[in-house]
Amino acid sequence: MDPHPDLTSSVLTGLGWYYLIMCVMNVLWTVRSYRVDGQVPKSVPWIGGIPVAAFWASFSALLMMVSVAYFTGTRSPETFPLRLPDSFKDSFDAVTANPVVFFALSVVGFVAMILLRRIWIKDTVAWLLLNGALLFMGLSMTDWDFRQIVGKPDNVPIVGMLFILGFLTWIYFRRAVDNDDRIAAGQPLYEQEDNEKVLVWPDLVYTELICMVLLTALLIFWGIALKAPLEEPASSVKTPNPSKAPWYFLGLQEMLVYFDPWLAGVVMPMIILGGLMAIPYIDFNRAGNGYYCFRDRAFAVSTFLFGFLPLWVAMIVLGTFLRGPNWNFFGIYELWDVHKVESANNVNLSEYFWEWPLFRSIYGGIPRGGDVGTILIRESPGIVAMIAYFALLPPILGLTILRRFMARMGVIRFMVFSNLILWMAILPIKMLLRWTVSLKYIVGIPEWFFNI
Amino acid sequence: MSPGEYIRNSQIWRSIFRHPAPTDRRNRVVVMLTNFFLHLHPVSIKQQGIALSYTWCMGGITFFLFLVETITGVLLMFYYRPTLEWAFADIQALRDVQTLGIMREIHRWGAHAMVITVWLHMYRVFLTGSYKPPREFNWVIGVLLLVLTLLLSFTGYLLPWDQLAVWAITVGSNMARAHPFLGSEGPGYQLLNLGGYDLITPGSDAKFILLGGRFVGEATLNRFYILHCVAIPLVVAGLIAIHFWRVRKDGGISQPL
Ligand code: HEM
Repeated sequence: MDPHPDLTSSVLTGLGWYYLIMCVMNVLWTVRSYRVDGQVPKSVPWIGGIPVAAFWASFSALLMMVSVAYFTGTRSPETFPLRLPDSFKDSFDAVTANPVVFFALSVVGFVAMILLRRIWIKDTVAWLLLNGALLFMGLSMTDWDFRQIVGKPDNVPIVGMLFILGFLTWIYFRRAVDNDDRIAAGQPLYEQEDNEKVLVWPDLVYTELICMVLLTALLIFWGIALKAPLEEPASSVKTPNPSKAPWYFLGLQEMLVYFDPWLAGVVMPMIILGGLMAIPYIDFNRAGNGYYCFRDRAFAVSTFLFGFLPLWVAMIVLGTFLRGPNWNFFGIYELWDVHKVESANNVNLSEYFWEWPLFRSIYGGIPRGGDVGTILIRESPGIVAMIAYFALLPPILGLTILRRFMARMGVIRFMVFSNLILWMAILPIKMLLRWTVSLKYIVGIPEWFFNI
Repeated sequence: MSPGEYIRNSQIWRSIFRHPAPTDRRNRVVVMLTNFFLHLHPVSIKQQGIALSYTWCMGGITFFLFLVETITGVLLMFYYRPTLEWAFADIQALRDVQTLGIMREIHRWGAHAMVITVWLHMYRVFLTGSYKPPREFNWVIGVLLLVLTLLLSFTGYLLPWDQLAVWAITVGSNMARAHPFLGSEGPGYQLLNLGGYDLITPGSDAKFILLGGRFVGEATLNRFYILHCVAIPLVVAGLIAIHFWRVRKDGGISQPL
């Protein structure tokens, strides 16, 4: 028997239910499509004139057959054919199993989300995306390693969060684009239509009651379906590998790859929180107060979404699902092998600087010695770079490109604002430097535990 | 008289509910003013402000989850002793306590859900621009609530005292060791010394204060237990009260001006 079976009878049954639910969802969608979607335009060759609902009906029928196939295949899981082929898994992992690709993809996805917002807010496109995500999940569940990570009880909420977050982001863009158009056309906002005063009893009280009942039902169902985990009793001699912080801190733990704990674990979290608290005092734009919109607040919203989606949520996903033993990066279908080695040969900025052939010939390589003067001279390139970045860049920007900003915000507010943005940018910058030139520290003074 | 009417007219029912079920406008106003729980709300409100597609109900759900966590948490406290000897055994034994059923599950999944809904609430408040004047300070209170929610979850993570718990807290609390100036492996700690003696050592730094020792041990369990069950919930409850009060004083849920 394979100790890591890709398919077992219970997995097949579970997937049978999974596709059945997808089928029901798509049947409902077919009904909706029949009512509102009409026909494919006559001008389209071959399929012109066919009702759009017909395609959804066929898709639902296909899902039904898949579901039945899974239910009936339970007797011989070893040979059941509907599974991800190994060749696909291997090539998928080969391409995606590295943090650079992961981060690049999440940034590309983020930019596409904003630029293509008018396309993906359409009902049909969004439904296609949802179906795509569900099919990807369903197919991936036929892989043992994928199931180990995604099916861990503590990780289930993260998967749920991703779907809810996607849905709410969709709602946001939909409402925002709608309001953008209304503002452009000089019409009242969506939120201003039908905005009569209503009595809290019954209008709000009943909504709250229904919410509470549904949530209670959800929690009870969830509690019955998944047992709260309890591992072996604590032992100070057996260190689990990987040792992970609770999932909501995995974004911070991921930052430890690029920064020392004093930055990733103390200073940066404080700046994140301070920065969040400062938002209302920095954002001087009065537009968009109390309604959804994008165009009038494009900069504020994009910055916030960039911090929240690629830099926080995507990092949590990375830390939870893709980091395995020794904090190595693993593909989603890859076995968590404790012996996987990744070579890390990172170099400090000071080494790059002083070992540069020209300086080498003049100064004879990196200054050595433990006294304060030598250390400061050794690290001077990084220190100068940091001072330039945090202290010189803001005023220079404020007097040139961002002149209008500084004039409207006032000097102090502008300095706080630009420093917060620079702190936010330093993470992706350091990541890029690590990946491109294997930079270890910009300023590296291990003697004082002061490494940036 | 239908059975429902009979019950509603009985002396017991009427002694509990000060008001009959409100069916006309006047009574619907009165109930909001006279009921202790309902008076958190205004009497009437703009329709779009309470639309689900506007608030996503995330603040309300977070509050509801906080209540669920309080109730299930109190029930769990009856069965749990925060000592090295008993902590793990008590959690293990909980599985056999039939009367408690799935309380531990609900408490754990509710905690995960609360972390998620707090974020989503913040997400919606940002996207509707509801932090703009006059609601700036309520946003600040919100950020404090966010931190405290994460800390609640973090301190609770240790209590089962299994491998998952202890090592997750070890990873997390190692950060404190690197605190600038206050951590024994943080930059600048050497500056804090008296006549050549370091004030910040592994026996006195930020990590030591957090854990009550050099390692995650019995003192840590006690500390986290009290933070988790008493200290943080009290602060959160207080801040939620202010948060709600401010929502109303700032003019109710935000609307286009
Ligand atoms: C324990 C955590 C929290 C609870 C129980 C809570 C609860 C609520 C509730 C019930 C509302 C009414 C409107 C709604 O449901 O959206 C509200 C509004 C608000 N919350 Fe929170 N909240 C919490 C955390 C936060 C956080 C983390 C932030 C922001 C960082 C925040 C900022 C605000 C603001 C600015 C409003 C006014 C919004 C408006 O008028 O549209 N809250 N909160």
